[in-house]
Amino acid sequence: MSTIEVQAPGLLTTVQDLGRDGFGPMGVSPSGAADAVSLRLGNRLVGNAEGAAGLEMTLVGGAFRFPQGAVIALSGSDFGATLDGEAVGLWASVQVQPGGILRMGATRSGARCYLCVQGGIAVRPLLGSASTHVLSGLGGFEGRALRRGDVLRIGPAKDPFRKRTVTPRALDSLSPRRVLRVTAGPQSDWFSESSQRAFYASAYRVAEESNRMGLRLEGSPVAADSVREMITEGVPLGAVQVPASGQPIILFVEQQTTGGYPKIANVISADLHSVGQLRPRDEIRFERVEFETAQSLLREQETLIAWEKLIQE
Amino acid sequence: MGMPSRAAGIARFQLASDQSLLVYFGETISPEAHERVLKLLRLLEAEPIRGVRNLHPAYSSLLITFDALKLGHDELQAALQRYLGRLDSVQLPQSRLVEIPVCYGGEFGPDLAQVAELHNLTTEQAIGAHASATYPVCFLGFAPGFAYLGGLPDALATPRLATPRRRVPAGSVGIAGHQTGVYPFATPGGWRLIGRTPLEMFRAERPGMCLLAIGDRVCFTPISRERFTELESA
Repeated sequence: MSTIEVQAPGLLTTVQDLGRDGFGPMGVSPSGAADAVSLRLGNRLVGNAEGAAGLEMTLVGGAFRFPQGAVIALSGSDFGATLDGEAVGLWASVQVQPGGILRMGATRSGARCYLCVQGGIAVRPLLGSASTHVLSGLGGFEGRALRRGDVLRIGPAKDPFRKRTVTPRALDSLSPRRVLRVTAGPQSDWFSESSQRAFYASAYRVAEESNRMGLRLEGSPVAADSVREMITEGVPLGAVQVPASGQPIILFVEQQTTGGYPKIANVISADLHSVGQLRPRDEIRFERVEFETAQSLLREQETLIAWEKLIQE
Repeated sequence: MGMPSRAAGIARFQLASDQSLLVYFGETISPEAHERVLKLLRLLEAEPIRGVRNLHPAYSSLLITFDALKLGHDELQAALQRYLGRLDSVQLPQSRLVEIPVCYGGEFGPDLAQVAELHNLTTEQAIGAHASATYPVCFLGFAPGFAYLGGLPDALATPRLATPRRRVPAGSVGIAGHQTGVYPFATPGGWRLIGRTPLEMFRAERPGMCLLAIGDRVCFTPISRERFTELESA
């Protein structure tokens, strides 16, 4: 069986797929790739099913040795990768020779880079998914981020190498946005008109203490009607909740499943992968759209991802 | 959506995101609202709606997340109307009573003395009050295996800490308002900590994984530090 040796883990590198559904009543959020679009495209490039497990690297990538060689693809953000000393680009399949070493540096664009390998990263699924849930130490490789010396197994792969790339035009449409489109949150009417205006007019900075659970934002505070008391309820992915401080938090893939803060807005599904590429100190804005618009934007995005000419051989 | 049905009277639908819907059974915490949450959850688990991905029950609401490519809000609401019309006929299973041993106070319960003082109780009285009640598991949320236990006696009800702790050890027993609960993992947390259990609240390798499930009832039994160590290594 082919393997990957972790020579350097990077800042936070975890095994991720598209997450685990159906365990809400146990308090388990789906987890999965923070930028699911990049993981899906990376898998397509190496001939995997879209939901195969890959490695998600965060801000600073690692160094990986492939003793038996492999077919790989890098997607998402540019971490300045080299393969055996030669620069290697994103969004293309690459053949790694036995003993080849892939080295990544610090990001030159967004927060996350994905390493997909033909055959996928083979870990024992937990609740039907290979995703690591970092906070609770579940799933993925021993429930944790990778460390130096870890040896990962690669799933069976026998397809011959094929050079594949992603159509540049599609990449433009799928590139991460800094203006996040949102629908009204379930408690949006708890916020005064002036608070809502401030929320949509202001730029917010992503705070340092942001992670896969949530992104803390810094900017114009928004105040909910303080008279009402919120009853804890289920919170959807991408919810923008506003605690007493007035500084919004975007709940993300490893989110708590219930919460007691009012939610002013919710990031639309088509823009969730953009959230996964936000780094600390990045500036974002919010743009309100209707639910129908959000759903048609998602359908458009999925049509593009399913487009037969998306991947060129 | 057709004629307003009886079901429409007991529930309110709220679009939560482009891929989720909240079903509210009232705007306050009540046993009646919670029973309806449990019944709808049971129906949806027994007869899943195609395209539904996750169910998140809470005190008086159920969040339903779905695949927006397979299901829309209108279609889901129409389907739910039919389920809501059948709620009265749903039988909930007999609830299970789970006993959780707790070593109260000391380093395990750093807030116990303050909680007791706030309520003019001795620490022994505070422990007695916490250990003499039976608590329903209203739902699991926040983190895997974290059970929200309702019905904390007035004599102990205390607001959350003004500043949450950055790290609460696994097994810590906390209180917040009229709720109590056990932290399954070391996480940040703002509940006041009064003790710790040696039991594992969540273990991936165990069938069912969570020690507690929605609908269970819980009682706490005080144990000594020695017993804690015995049970922890068992």
